Amino acid sequence: MKKIALLLSIAMLALILPGCGSSKTKLYVYNWGEYIDESVISDFEAKYPDIKVIYETFETNEDMYTKIKPGDDCYDVLIPSDYMIGRLIDEDMLEKLNFENIPNYSYIDDKYKAWDYDPTNEYSVPYMWGVLGILYDTTKVQEDTFTWNTLFDPKYKNQVLMKDDSRDTLGIALKSLGYSMNSTDENELKEAENKLLEHKDNYFGIVGDEGMDMMVEGDAPLAVMYSGDAARCISENENLAFAIPEDGTNYFVDAMVIPKNAKHKKEAELFINFMCETDTALKNVEEINYSTPHTGAYEQLDAERRNSFQYPGEDVLKAADVYNYLGSKEKLRSEIWNDYTASIAE
Amino acid sequence: MKKRLSRLYFYLVLLFLYAPILTLVVLSFNNNKSRAKWGGFSLRWYNELFHNATMMKALWITVSVALIAALISTVIGTVSAIALHKCRPRIRKALLDVTYVPMMNSDIVTGVSLMLLFAFLRIERGFLTLLLSHITFCIPYVILAILPKLYGINMSVYEAALDLGATPFKAYTRILIPEIMPGIISGFLMSITLSIDDFVISFFNTGHGVQNISILVNSSKKVGINPANYALSALMFGAVIIILLIMNFKDSKRSNVQ
Amino acid sequence: MKKKLGKFALIFPFLLWMVLLIVVPLFLIAYYAFTTSDGNVLHFTFDNFKSFIRPNFIKVLIRSLKLSLFATVICLFAGYPVALILSGNAFKKKALLLVLLLAPMWMNFILRTYAWLTILSEKGVLNSLLEAAGFNTRSFLGNEKAVVFGMVYNLLPYMILPIYTSISKIPHSLIEASYDLGSSSYGCFKRVILPLSLPGILSGITLVFVPGVTTFVISDYLGRGKVPLIGNIIEQQFSSGIEWGFGAAISIIVMFVVILCMRIINKFTDEPEVTLL
Repeated sequence: MKKIALLLSIAMLALILPGCGSSKTKLYVYNWGEYIDESVISDFEAKYPDIKVIYETFETNEDMYTKIKPGDDCYDVLIPSDYMIGRLIDEDMLEKLNFENIPNYSYIDDKYKAWDYDPTNEYSVPYMWGVLGILYDTTKVQEDTFTWNTLFDPKYKNQVLMKDDSRDTLGIALKSLGYSMNSTDENELKEAENKLLEHKDNYFGIVGDEGMDMMVEGDAPLAVMYSGDAARCISENENLAFAIPEDGTNYFVDAMVIPKNAKHKKEAELFINFMCETDTALKNVEEINYSTPHTGAYEQLDAERRNSFQYPGEDVLKAADVYNYLGSKEKLRSEIWNDYTASIAE
Repeated sequence: MKKRLSRLYFYLVLLFLYAPILTLVVLSFNNNKSRAKWGGFSLRWYNELFHNATMMKALWITVSVALIAALISTVIGTVSAIALHKCRPRIRKALLDVTYVPMMNSDIVTGVSLMLLFAFLRIERGFLTLLLSHITFCIPYVILAILPKLYGINMSVYEAALDLGATPFKAYTRILIPEIMPGIISGFLMSITLSIDDFVISFFNTGHGVQNISILVNSSKKVGINPANYALSALMFGAVIIILLIMNFKDSKRSNVQ
Repeated sequence: MKKKLGKFALIFPFLLWMVLLIVVPLFLIAYYAFTTSDGNVLHFTFDNFKSFIRPNFIKVLIRSLKLSLFATVICLFAGYPVALILSGNAFKKKALLLVLLLAPMWMNFILRTYAWLTILSEKGVLNSLLEAAGFNTRSFLGNEKAVVFGMVYNLLPYMILPIYTSISKIPHSLIEASYDLGSSSYGCFKRVILPLSLPGILSGITLVFVPGVTTFVISDYLGRGKVPLIGNIIEQQFSSGIEWGFGAAISIIVMFVVILCMRIINKFTDEPEVTLL
């Protein structure tokens, strides 16, 4: 017993000590899970031998927010989505970037700048983007055109995978009724909730990321999904196809930002700049299936990918809603969403 | 006959418990990434596992946190159970209700409230906070495993030892502890199990690059589970079986000598 | 005096741990549950509790209690024989078998659950077997049964373990005496083993019922999000990052309901000591 205790304490010391000894600057990067080509990190460390990257991952924007909110943990680079960046700016948690240190920012296509959350491009550098749509099994679903109402068609009883995310799910119901995905009108939201509940017999499941797995394995014929996730599913199951509903969709971006309490702002900007180098951006976009805002990387993609649903036309993007942080109205949406979740099983 | 039936039932329960584990083992040799399609036998995921530094580090953290947390919470839990046992029933009931709070709370409530506490105390999140949070949710289980054993003990032997001049410490270690040993062991095993299995509390109470296997698996759902994880499970399962066989072998050798 | 000091030394680490890591976080939860901030001013409020009093939330709570109770009963009836067999003479290497019962839980929870999906889903192993045998394929997941199944799978070892420890402690002489006095094996079980294993049963029920009520991962995966439990509702409040107060309030309500349930179960047995010889 004593020996075990001794061994364990040595093990513990061994774990803690290397952290103290090294003189390298530690750069804390917080990103979505599996949202980078990991070799990029070692490339960065090779180029800047004085910096060691500590790379951590999260599963949702909200998880990331909860973790950084107490303010004692200092991350240097975060990669959240649009509306979350809006919230962080709103709560004064982000540092303005010094673009002199990020010359590669010029590679970012102007199309993907000046988002609602950061209209003057002061806080963020876009990393990846995509749209929301419907992934379907071509062997079981034949439709000429897809709208969000396709999901509510009675013939798809128990066949639709919905998302367990309030923005996406309330958003598509709102859109199918002709309202904005960012609606904060109580009547519109109630109407959307009732519509979702009315068609609950259609739902095969209400799931998170595990929905992709179910589509790949062929368990369900229809699913609400992001374009990047859909591209991965299609690469693993060729029977699948992706459609962007004609009544308009959501257009999102994940961007690199630096939190206020970051300890290594200069190194963080070096990192962001490195992520915007053409080689790095290309590596990342080839590893993960989302769409790149980087002109250099885009030009080197093969034509098939450039012409796919991953880069829809200007008109689709113009008609799409970008999620906003809705401030005090978030509570109302959250109440509606709670009511929906609690009522789904009856 | 009765013995056979008993054994049959026991094996059936084991089959139920191991059905998904066997599935994982089979999948770990699947050349295909898909769970549904068999792409031929392959060791590629094992190869990938050993070359994946992040996963190996996460495995190391998972195992060390589980062992240290189980050890510490077993010690605290044992001492606490003995102390609780000596309290008056009314006080004990009240204290037990509080003790079980981490069990009754959703993991996320425990996780977030501990995180707020650590943030308030300015303890940097990392290995230490991960360990502390695991100790916190393991202790109630240890107490619950040991208390029933204490109720059954004939305290007169312990008191006799005291009367005969044994120090309380000696009386504890010589008489009480051996009596409740099965409870201590099952508390220890439960702690290891809980620690390895936890995701939510770990997620909120770690940081600075310290990640365990559950956090890694959870954040990788987006691109599909890396099958190297299946290989990892298969190896862990193999290790458990080998340790059991060795223990078994030693035991039978000892009983042969006797 | 010395004796008292010794007693205090024993309970000290427990009290320290309890106050620092349970009571203080509990106050934090209560703080969120009972306050609301508008702008920068904090108010005391019962609103978070009041908003829970609605038919659909109450229904979710009742469903959680019901499904967890089913799972507890199944675990008890399936697990008790296992504990009995384990402590009997059918096997020799008991410690090993105990580890064997727990080892499946050492594989990652998500992976284990994905493995169950591989077995039980529409295109899963079980359905392929059914199809090959000429039966119709079925949908096993996404309903209450699947959630209870998941609870039983994940919590069964926690029922077996404490019952086993309390049975294994019963002196053999006692059992033999009961046979000598003419008891049948059923009589021996009913009069000697069952009453003596009661503390273990109680622990087991607590270890299964309590986590069962608050689980949310099982209902997410095996219930496919279509059978929300109270744990899901709580989780949603915290993970959305908006309504911590409401989440905290539900947590406190659940805590009281669970304590109440456990008190009722304990009532059937009076004081544990009373059941002993």
